Amino acid sequence: MKKSIFKIAENTPLNANVYKMTLAGDVSEITSPGQFVNIELNGFYLRRPISVCDYDENSLTLIYKVVGGGTEYMSKLDAGECLDILTGLGNGYDTTLSGDKPLLLGGGVGVPPLYNLCKKLIAEGKDVSVVLGFNTKDEVFYEDEFKSLGASVTVATADGSYGVKGFVTDAFPEEYTYFYTCGPEPMLKAIYNTAKTSGQMSFEERMGCGFGACMGCSCKTITGYKRICKDGPVMKKEEILWEK
Amino acid sequence: MGKMSVNLCGIELDNPVIPASGTFGFGYEFAEIYDINCLGTFSFKGTTKDSRFGNPTPRIAECTSGMINAVGLQNPGVDAVINNELPKLKKCFNKPVMANVSGFSVEDYAYTCARLDKEEQVGWLEVNVSCPNVHGGGMSFGTDPKAAAEVTKAVKAVTTKPVIVKLSPNVTDIVSIAKACEDAGADGISLINTLLGMRIDLKTRKPVIANKMGGFSGPAIFPVAVRMVYQVANAVKIPVVGMGGVSKAEDVIELMLAGATAVEVGAANLVDPFACKNIIEALPSVMDKYGIKDLKDIIGGTV
Repeated sequence: MKKSIFKIAENTPLNANVYKMTLAGDVSEITSPGQFVNIELNGFYLRRPISVCDYDENSLTLIYKVVGGGTEYMSKLDAGECLDILTGLGNGYDTTLSGDKPLLLGGGVGVPPLYNLCKKLIAEGKDVSVVLGFNTKDEVFYEDEFKSLGASVTVATADGSYGVKGFVTDAFPEEYTYFYTCGPEPMLKAIYNTAKTSGQMSFEERMGCGFGACMGCSCKTITGYKRICKDGPVMKKEEILWEK
Repeated sequence: MGKMSVNLCGIELDNPVIPASGTFGFGYEFAEIYDINCLGTFSFKGTTKDSRFGNPTPRIAECTSGMINAVGLQNPGVDAVINNELPKLKKCFNKPVMANVSGFSVEDYAYTCARLDKEEQVGWLEVNVSCPNVHGGGMSFGTDPKAAAEVTKAVKAVTTKPVIVKLSPNVTDIVSIAKACEDAGADGISLINTLLGMRIDLKTRKPVIANKMGGFSGPAIFPVAVRMVYQVANAVKIPVVGMGGVSKAEDVIELMLAGATAVEVGAANLVDPFACKNIIEALPSVMDKYGIKDLKDIIGGTV
């Protein structure tokens, strides 16, 4: 974990509610795709945990949806403004288990952390399929970006206004060796029940600290109690215990 | 002895700053980012006889200048704390630590304290009779002078270490409870635990927290802490550890003026993991600013 100041380079809408923010700063603590950062926002007591979409030597890309006061405040920040950010949080995805043909399944704002994962898997020489699920055509983002990385991309929309009609589970490819996913919990459950292989899922919970101190975001797993922020957010399929 | 040192129940602290239980785990997350030996001490995660998961999630809700938590004393149980956590802690912390203990019966408290009494690194036992997030225990002992005294007596009977009883602010008369603990043999009083609070989501119309209510902490509760520390410190002869919304060096001094011998810092650790380190580093210049030569001189110094 590292606490440092980042400067906003860009903060632009991708659609009505989803924004892309790029920041310049020290990303040395970020070690795997699927990790997150925790952002201090002026006037809000708790930090806002946001998954890392992409990073390179000195820049960080975040894609976030406006869901409440904090993210609304974020959406109004201008380039040049600075943010206090904790980086290097969470375990992230393990790419060593992917096999030759990993499948990436993202739902809504669960899509962003899969971008850097896709980049890494392709750099490792793997044949990556990506299924992106959205409610409707207007919400679709990052289809071209995933294609540019060299992945085979399918988009599914719940209302059928774009791509395959239905959920990501209606657009599974024939062949894949392992899956990685991030999205709303009902989607994760559906994938858990549909997938023929093992895989990894990224979970979300209301967090206090985001670095393992407060036990605010604990969950029960087959292998014991885990903190989503510190021992997760990524869990292996075999350890997941559905409670709710 | 430095100008920031204080004596808490017979044990010297280099400075009065103590991360509060439940906001600092067993120290490791923080030891990864700074040397936690700069702390006066810290109060480790509330420990019970048996392992506990705690309450269902969501357990956290944000508030203006604060937060609500309803963790519900998640901990691995006293055996695991002794066998796994304390040996690990020894490697990153070389001072006496404050063991925070909770229970669901008088016997539970006594059992857990008796086990921790044998641990060399445990300096103080902080007996939490004030957790608002568990049913049939915790706070129910801290809202009745008789029950608080009974727990205090039972714990004192099984340990030679100083016993600090941690009180709840969710009472009508905090002084009567503090006095009952003092009369029962408590070596110190710490306060305040969190204030019982609640938030409701406007979209879903459901409570934000699965357990509906939880403990409200953060800067918003600081004035309540100052008031209660002042009331209790003026009513008892034993040392008082003040806490509640402390987030800067000035707050430490204010609580000490109210009567605190040492000061715990809670929620601030969760939003800034360096909070305690920063407070300790800022103390000398804030002392200079207010003409304080030695922190010991200002304890209870409200005029």
